[in-house]
Amino acid sequence: MSGFMHLPILPVVLPLFAGILLLALRNRSLALQRGVSLLATLALVPLALVLIGTASDGTHLVYKLGNWIAPYGIVLVADRLAAWMLLTTALLAVFALSYAVRGIDTQGRHFHVLFQLQLFGLNGAFLTGDLFNLFVFFEILLLASYGLLLHGGGRLRVKAGLHYVVINLVGSTLFLFAVGTLYGVTGTLNMADLAVKLAATPAEHAALVQSAALLLFGVFALKAALLPLYLWLPAAYAHTSAPVAALFAIMTKVGAYSILRVYSLIAGDSAGPLTRLLDAWLAPLALVTLVLGMLGVIASTALRQQAAYLVVVSIGSLLLAFGLGSTEALAAGLYYLPHTTFASAALFLLADAIGRARGELADRFESGPAMPGARVMGGLFFVVAVALAGLPPLSGFLGKFMLLKAALDSPLLIWVWSIVLITGLLGVIALARSGSLLFYRTHTAHDPASLVRPTTCTLAPVAGLLLLVIGMTIWAGPVSDYAAGTAAQLRSPQRYIDAVLGTASGPAEGRASVSVRLAGAAP
Amino acid sequence: MEALIAVVIGVLTAGGVFLALRGQTFPVVLGLTLLSYAVNLFLFIMGRLAIGVPPVISAAAEAYTDPLPQALVLTAIVISFGMTSFVIVLALKARGELGNDHVDGLQHEEDRNR
Repeated sequence: MSGFMHLPILPVVLPLFAGILLLALRNRSLALQRGVSLLATLALVPLALVLIGTASDGTHLVYKLGNWIAPYGIVLVADRLAAWMLLTTALLAVFALSYAVRGIDTQGRHFHVLFQLQLFGLNGAFLTGDLFNLFVFFEILLLASYGLLLHGGGRLRVKAGLHYVVINLVGSTLFLFAVGTLYGVTGTLNMADLAVKLAATPAEHAALVQSAALLLFGVFALKAALLPLYLWLPAAYAHTSAPVAALFAIMTKVGAYSILRVYSLIAGDSAGPLTRLLDAWLAPLALVTLVLGMLGVIASTALRQQAAYLVVVSIGSLLLAFGLGSTEALAAGLYYLPHTTFASAALFLLADAIGRARGELADRFESGPAMPGARVMGGLFFVVAVALAGLPPLSGFLGKFMLLKAALDSPLLIWVWSIVLITGLLGVIALARSGSLLFYRTHTAHDPASLVRPTTCTLAPVAGLLLLVIGMTIWAGPVSDYAAGTAAQLRSPQRYIDAVLGTASGPAEGRASVSVRLAGAAP
Repeated sequence: MEALIAVVIGVLTAGGVFLALRGQTFPVVLGLTLLSYAVNLFLFIMGRLAIGVPPVISAAAEAYTDPLPQALVLTAIVISFGMTSFVIVLALKARGELGNDHVDGLQHEEDRNR
């Protein structure tokens, strides 16, 4: 048991130490750096699996940093949702990194350091149970993402990077305003304690905490690229290097995760002035995001731009599922989340390989020379397209089916069904058009030597990500059971609160004593 | 006192928002800096204003001020300082790569139509 005691902190410190080690190794051989980086990333997969195994019986593994009891110290909480996100991140990172070590990591300095610090920030954000700590991990993952986004340089990359950095800095400022207001009213930052305190907010502070909670929602919506805050995403994702774009497929999900984590706690079914606060906002905004994202997919002039807009579409579907609010819809969203992350990442990597194989035309949608290795890439593109468009038999279809089924008893039923089905059709059309343009409307190359035939090693990460998607389809039963269990756990936040505050034995009595202690400590 | 601080934060925020919406990178950086000043002040006063009381335990103290916002604001200052220096370097790099200091990399009206 003592080994398990420190389990929740391991996914956070492992990438941190790997990053520091890689910084020390920066002048050593490239093979050594790649080896260390790959090994550290691979090690996250078994860690996440062990955490899933521990959390799957419904336990909240609470890790008190410095052994300070909550709510005074910072806690890490590994529950089903956190473990789920950790596993998705770890698997995605393995494939993104194995694509990057094919040569992209040498285009600039410190790729592997930044990559590990990015994972450090991501894993920390998924595990933390403290709102200010969440802000700190957001900043870590953002700062690493700035470095990764700009890695390799270039005109368009710098321009898109500048927009990305500035908008995220504004977002961070708003995050602090929201956190400050919540602290000013409640005197706590621990999410579990915050849930207890906010539920008992006196009426004169109701408007204040509502505005702070909505401001916080705005920040998370910005990270998640929800309408109208998604405009930074397409340029940033389309112009960065492929493995970075693939890893960034999880970045928007951090915003979605934060919405789910924070609002399932502070705006649940019995949360005083915040009760079901997001119901009026999340689902309608997600529906419009879905429509506009899909229009972007159709209007795209290059494959990577299309992939970036597909990320916007996927966040629309995901937040729609979270916004509908029922347990079934949440489960559908949680099943859909890893699927869409892997599939979008696969498309980013494949688009890069296609771009290299087409010479000067790159990934633009123009009739061009026949690609070397077109059969393999065309086959992979077909599978990615089926997954992303949500066609049977792959997991995208199952996710959408679960979502539509869950929407049956929602007041938004007509909107959800019509928009999800019509955008799904438009997605099929757009992807079919891209595929036929790239692979069929070709002519014999004038100068075949300039075209790069993709090696098996280049395409292996794409195939690996697709195997994950196929695995999610074959083992859809256990995976969706886990998602359903996670959704049920999220719908009963009291157990999270009891686990963190140590009030499991006698909830009412314990909570009262905590608030008395805090009142004594208040200024 | 409270009103004065509130007005200061409001003016800093308004100035920050105005500058952040400018078209050149330098005013944008200045705007972000002003915004971070505003939010740091805001975080700090969330522990309520108190004069001459210590934040940590002292035998002579009769009352204490909340130490947590002070710790938070230190963290926030360090982070915003790091971010500001990063965005300055990035703005300089953009100036070098794009040939001008417009946030969209376009200086003149005729460039925009190109």
